[in-house]
Amino acid sequence: MTTRMFGEPIARREDPRLVAGDGRFLDDLGAGALAAAFVRSPHAHARVVDVDAAAALDVDGLVAVYTYEDLDGRVAEPLPLLIPHPSLHAPRTAYPLANGVVRHVGEPVAMVVASDRYVAEDACDRIRVAYAPLPPVVGIDAAVRAEHAVHDDVPDNVAAHMVQEVGDARAAIAAAPQRLELHLQIERSASMPLEGKGVYARWDAADRSLRVYTSTQTSTSVRMALAAKLGVPVDRVEVVAPDVGGGFGVKIVHPWPEEVLVPWAAIRLGREVKWVEDRREHFVSSAHERGQRHTVRVGFDDDGRLLGLDVEFLHDNGAYTPYGIIVPIITSTQLLGPYKPGAYRVEFRSLYTNTVIVTPYRGAGRPQGVFAMERTMDAIAERLGRDRAEVREVNFIRPEEMPYDHGLIFQDGRPLVYDSGDYPASLAKLKKLVGWDELAAERAQARTEGRRVGIGLACYVEGTGVGPYEGAHVRVETNGKVVVATGLTTQGQGHETVFAQVAASELGVPVEDVAVVTGDTRRFKYAVGTFASRAAVMSGNAVALAARKVRAKALRIAGEALEVDPADLEVVDGIVRVRGVPDAEIPLATVAVLANPLRYAFDEEAKRATQFAVGGGTDVPPVRDGDEPGLEAAGWYSPIRSTFANGVHAAVVETDPETAEVKILRYCVVHDCGRLINPRIVEGQIHGGVAQGVGGALYERLVYDEHGQLLNASFMDFLMPYASEVPTVETDHLETPSPLNPLGIKGAGEAGVIPGAAVFAAAISDAEGLWIDRMPISPSELWELRRQTTPKGDG
Amino acid sequence: MKPPPFRYHRPSTVEEALAVLAEAGHDGKVLAGGQSLVPLLNMRLAAPGQLVDVNRLAELAYVRTGTEAVQVGALARHAEVEHDADAHRAVPLLRQALEDLAHPTIRNRGTVVGSLVHADPSGEMPAVLTLLGGVMELASVKGRRTVPAAEFFVGPLESALRPGELATAAVFPRPPARSGSAWREVARRRGDYALCGVGVLVTLDQDRRVQAARAACISVGPTPVLVDLAEAVGGRPHDAADWVAAGALVAAAVDPEDDIHATAAYRRHLAGVLTARAGHAAALQAAGSADRRGPGNPRGVPR
Amino acid sequence: MNHDHVSEALHETRLVVNGVQHTVRVPARRLLADCLRHDLGLTGTHLGCEHGVCGACTVLVDGLPMRSCLLFAVTVDGAEITTTEGCRSADGGLGPVQRAFMECHGLQCGFCTPGFVTTVTAFIRDHPDPTEAEAREAIGGNLCRCTGYQNIVASVLRAAELVRAPEGETGP
Repeated sequence: MTTRMFGEPIARREDPRLVAGDGRFLDDLGAGALAAAFVRSPHAHARVVDVDAAAALDVDGLVAVYTYEDLDGRVAEPLPLLIPHPSLHAPRTAYPLANGVVRHVGEPVAMVVASDRYVAEDACDRIRVAYAPLPPVVGIDAAVRAEHAVHDDVPDNVAAHMVQEVGDARAAIAAAPQRLELHLQIERSASMPLEGKGVYARWDAADRSLRVYTSTQTSTSVRMALAAKLGVPVDRVEVVAPDVGGGFGVKIVHPWPEEVLVPWAAIRLGREVKWVEDRREHFVSSAHERGQRHTVRVGFDDDGRLLGLDVEFLHDNGAYTPYGIIVPIITSTQLLGPYKPGAYRVEFRSLYTNTVIVTPYRGAGRPQGVFAMERTMDAIAERLGRDRAEVREVNFIRPEEMPYDHGLIFQDGRPLVYDSGDYPASLAKLKKLVGWDELAAERAQARTEGRRVGIGLACYVEGTGVGPYEGAHVRVETNGKVVVATGLTTQGQGHETVFAQVAASELGVPVEDVAVVTGDTRRFKYAVGTFASRAAVMSGNAVALAARKVRAKALRIAGEALEVDPADLEVVDGIVRVRGVPDAEIPLATVAVLANPLRYAFDEEAKRATQFAVGGGTDVPPVRDGDEPGLEAAGWYSPIRSTFANGVHAAVVETDPETAEVKILRYCVVHDCGRLINPRIVEGQIHGGVAQGVGGALYERLVYDEHGQLLNASFMDFLMPYASEVPTVETDHLETPSPLNPLGIKGAGEAGVIPGAAVFAAAISDAEGLWIDRMPISPSELWELRRQTTPKGDG
Repeated sequence: MKPPPFRYHRPSTVEEALAVLAEAGHDGKVLAGGQSLVPLLNMRLAAPGQLVDVNRLAELAYVRTGTEAVQVGALARHAEVEHDADAHRAVPLLRQALEDLAHPTIRNRGTVVGSLVHADPSGEMPAVLTLLGGVMELASVKGRRTVPAAEFFVGPLESALRPGELATAAVFPRPPARSGSAWREVARRRGDYALCGVGVLVTLDQDRRVQAARAACISVGPTPVLVDLAEAVGGRPHDAADWVAAGALVAAAVDPEDDIHATAAYRRHLAGVLTARAGHAAALQAAGSADRRGPGNPRGVPR
Repeated sequence: MNHDHVSEALHETRLVVNGVQHTVRVPARRLLADCLRHDLGLTGTHLGCEHGVCGACTVLVDGLPMRSCLLFAVTVDGAEITTTEGCRSADGGLGPVQRAFMECHGLQCGFCTPGFVTTVTAFIRDHPDPTEAEAREAIGGNLCRCTGYQNIVASVLRAAELVRAPEGETGP
């Protein structure tokens, strides 16, 4: 008897090969391929005067050296601007190899192809590039001062300027009984998956076809981009995302210079070429995120109710804007969280600096927005002497007010309308989980012992399930196995499992009989990609819709074969049977054979099918008008707009009075992402997100010096947390289904990280009695902050 | 990040190794544990023309505990020294410090002597050798010599080892009777380079008063900083010594720098705090109580 | 940094990997990780940083966990190496540590997992009945960006159970 698979915490189908070392990550492929490596700029800003590869030519095993001059056709054009926007008035993208100027340390200048990576790096060492350094613009202050420009034709370094407003916030604030102004800052961090990027390309000259494997979050879009860039017809290009060792946003950007150049070289050389990004390259030539500086002005009443909220922020977008201004748009809109802001005005400038580009990293601008809002709530509570949870509750959108229209435009270009959620219930659950009401007493007790314990709280709302669409294809094969394909990709989210659960539930087959393929354009060509916590919502629903079509077709055919009304049929464990009538049944495998009226019986299944007669006789064609052979169907899910998950986190920390080290005593999460396909997988996503939240709050900061040199471009100095730094996460769930999609699900991928900076700033502030306005914070910084605030010193 | 090419030698005896090292001169580098050297090679921050792999020199793979000292051969891995029961009984400070050195996987391969020769200002082993007044034994085709710790650590990542020389052993003298030691360190993540680390050695007299006390600090200067604490705690009863004052002595003696992980002022402050904590614990150990820092005492929580 | 680029000398190197004897001829600078992955085709071991911090490359060398990105193949000539592939059970199915990771959802993308499997295999061999704190400390030198470590700690404890009391076959 098949259990309803939807909602079951089953073990993952992809695990047996991954735990045994049989994964197929990018560098596990292409054993015979040539290796590519790159000469990258050591300067943050410079003209490229000359590239002299003469000394590299002696290197045994060198195959080719390419510079910008070698690029042809559209490969010689700048990389695409993926997401234009009217407010992005000065977009700029890079060339795949520097065209006379470099704008950040790490920008590729020359490509080497050689027999292996060791040799390729030897050759790179010998290539002499002459640069004429130019003054670099590093940091938001320098960008704003604009003494120098990152792009000559953008003298003020402003790529985008955007204002969104609802009501007159400034007037509301001016008229409010209470007012506060806050200045807040979050520093740069990065996705930093354990596997870097990689591209492996095979050109079949006889077939004139190109296959590219790339460690990407969007194989379908890479395919379109490569077809356009390389002048190869789209139907002659296939792109496959193999097993991918983490993405967290950085692999949604495309096409990377290397994604264009490696296939380009493969075609030119008639050889397989592979590039595997190393860790240093990843630091200086992939993407960063998080750096923003906010000024928040808020007007509120004596109960803490928001009357007006006016936010201005500066966003450092690095040297180029290939991904547009998605991140600051998300900050602008998601800053509101679960609250009604009264009147709201948000304005940002997105600034160029001579640093690595800034594109979404898990959370994608939400952590910064939530930091701003939650620090504001805490500040209001402090001003009024009120409980921080109560101040938030007073401002919540209430469940009966759903759907709630903020009057703004979200990152998908559609109205920001929250579909469902019960914020008071989420908060109540969190307070119970962490013991909010008892904690005040515990904290007081700790203080009498000389211990500094603090509690922080943060709420967020997360728009997920962004469109425009995803699709899926479901086919029942003649051996009864079910094959599911969807175009978006996987980087550890367990899609082979959760989509199998959806299909198995919809079709009535054992989940072991369902195989899922993602991210392979040979198997499914139309897709958007995996990002914005959208995969389960989008492809989950598409799989369900496709499976429902297949089920309906199966019941129709089975009905004809068994001569019963399809409405009397059910599918259980892969058998179609008449409800309540034993022996009146036909295996789904046989239905699949019947669905393809062949002249020939290829195998036992086909032979067995001949005992059933379907098709209505000789006055109807075997394949009817509008029907197709095969027990298969495609389904598409295209949402009217995003759905909105929410959550509340709490952290209890203890700070060392002498060393200012921060220890996390407890971390609690209440999470509402609608219905859960696999609760264990969702919980795992939360754990991982929380770890990144801890990293972003206490450890991770990318540090550029005034020359634009990244000072911590290695794992030794960019501090990602080990197990010793990450707490055990206590979780509780709420499920308010989404009314917007058939399965009622919302996204879960980014939830764990979103309130990290906010909750730790709040907890440390609470422990220390100090106002924390910038994150991350290290023990040294906390200690220095103590000194500044208490002239006596280190207490 | 692949290393550049080099000529590779793998001598089977110390004599052979010395001959090869002499030949290679400035172009030669010893490969023992490699846990510090190979990252530099992979990042192409170093490119020695010749690598002399000493991992076959079995005669150098030993940890010998004698009546005077613990002698650690060049090929003794951190983990071997850390787990050596005799060495731990004789010189507890070795294990105390080694537990904070990187991670067990690194300690399985890295060597104590290699760490000493590497002379990282954040390395635990140079401070331990300095605190105990140990020596390095060096050999070359020209002969053998012994260099005391005080002269061995010359600058950041610079030791007194000359081109062509092989460090064959490190000698850690046993502390006098009625001594105790402790190591305290603050690092950003568990196993990271210390923001500041302090080892303290305390010796008591027959009346259990502090006869001698000194501290050695890391990450607060180009080489380990050794500070005599007698002025603060000398002659005091072991359980009534002013370790905070001892910490103040050390804080005044160090001259750390700012970097992206910590300010100089914070490091200086830590030097004082960690001295006080380590001193207190060392005095307790000297008086016969166990070192109170054991498993289950969470990091960062005041002791 | 200048080297006369002569063809690199190759060194004959014997390695017993997962119980199988191999002889390879590799340049001295060939990292053990690359030798395992590309010369021997054992791609289970992964490279995440090439400077010894992330631990994805961890293998057992004569039974001890070591970073294969910080070892040259030539320097461990003659050693017995165990990779994650060698942690399977005798019949080719999942070994107890691998099975525990699967049961406890101790992996997501799977890229860091090989380094954990070998590290945990050695740890349980030496500490058959660890506490949760000991389990967390044991995995403290390996980075994971996906799981937040919680389920990996659970996997360690479950693996110890399975090693102590094997529960019969699990197929691949």
